Amino acid sequence: MVVNVLRRILESLGRRVTSRLWRLGFAARFLLATLLHSGTALKRFQLTIREIYFTGVLSLIIILVSGLFVGMVLGLQGYDTLQRYGSSEALGILVALSLVRELGPVVAALLFASRAGSAITAEIGLMKATEQLSAMEMMAVNPIARVVAPRFWAGVISMPLLAALFSAMGIFGGYLVGVQLIGVDEGSFWSQMQASVDFREDIMNGVIKSFVFGVIVSWIAVFEGYDADPTAEGVSGATTRTVVTSSLAILFADFILTAFMFRG
Amino acid sequence: MNRATIDLWVGVFVAIGLGSLLFLGLKVGNLSMSSAGETYRLQAEFDNIGGLKVRAPVKSAGVVVGRVSDIRLDSESYRAVVSMNVDSRFKFPRDTILTINTSGLLGEQYIGFEVGGDSELFKDGVTVKKTQSAVVLEKLISQFMFNKASEGDGSDKK
Repeated sequence: MVVNVLRRILESLGRRVTSRLWRLGFAARFLLATLLHSGTALKRFQLTIREIYFTGVLSLIIILVSGLFVGMVLGLQGYDTLQRYGSSEALGILVALSLVRELGPVVAALLFASRAGSAITAEIGLMKATEQLSAMEMMAVNPIARVVAPRFWAGVISMPLLAALFSAMGIFGGYLVGVQLIGVDEGSFWSQMQASVDFREDIMNGVIKSFVFGVIVSWIAVFEGYDADPTAEGVSGATTRTVVTSSLAILFADFILTAFMFRG
Repeated sequence: MNRATIDLWVGVFVAIGLGSLLFLGLKVGNLSMSSAGETYRLQAEFDNIGGLKVRAPVKSAGVVVGRVSDIRLDSESYRAVVSMNVDSRFKFPRDTILTINTSGLLGEQYIGFEVGGDSELFKDGVTVKKTQSAVVLEKLISQFMFNKASEGDGSDKK
């Protein structure tokens, strides 16, 4: 009896692990195929531009507004803590460094995953469910080249721009609250920020981070869409999985990248 | 939506995205200063560098003229060897003394140049021997306390 139960548990565990590994392998092969078939997306750049409109431009509002509010909250909270130590002039450093290094890339990527990533998955999943992808194959059009690659590249291109916009907007929000509302000295706010934010060390590393997040989110989104079960539940499940998996992957990758970049 | 409108919007998006990167680079990161042209290399030996870090500023009369590029320990003399890149626009006499100072009570540490009067100038790659170590605040306080305590002893005996 006990042996049977144990065996069933082990079997289901093994099945789950193998299916995860199988999916991971498929995802890796899929990424490779996407990269290999990127020629069309880059040659007929119009396709990619269309997708940049849907992933990048339509995410602008949410990115800008949340950036502004995150920056304003940082200004308030940072001032509250810093003024206890009589160093409220360092508010600029606090706002700029935390946005440029961490919050900009990470929060923008999380918003991007839920705003654009889920839309990409749902779109490709529905195309699969309504057999548009098979129809393309029938017409000798490679769906990876025609549908997947432009969406992938659009995500990769949009993400660093969105993260930079988020950071810039956040710094502006911090400036609004810190300087205009609370009355931290404007000169020291900017000059201390400029003295301690390094272009290569802080800003470029932030851009690299957001680029990596862009690859991760776009990859997961197109893969989940392409791999979705061609049913209504399948598409909705795939959309949920995109948001959950890419959010976890972003946070994990952020930890790894931060450990490499900012150990000094 | 037709193609031209989409192109326009994507163009606007890319433009403001790159614009904000430029804003981060110039207004936040002060790009113009960190990549200031030609530099020459100086080395200096210190007994104690306190909390000096790589990329700390090198200042003369309070003006930033360079950055610390490397800090290591000389395993024979047990002194700290600090390398720094100094802007080539600024030349300093050979008898300039290098000191490690702190900006403010709790601020970061930097290297200060006490300019001398020699007519010969520092050359690229030279090692400066005339240095003054960082002031370690704990040592200073303990010395002060010790002096005070011994004074106190003296007056009690009287």
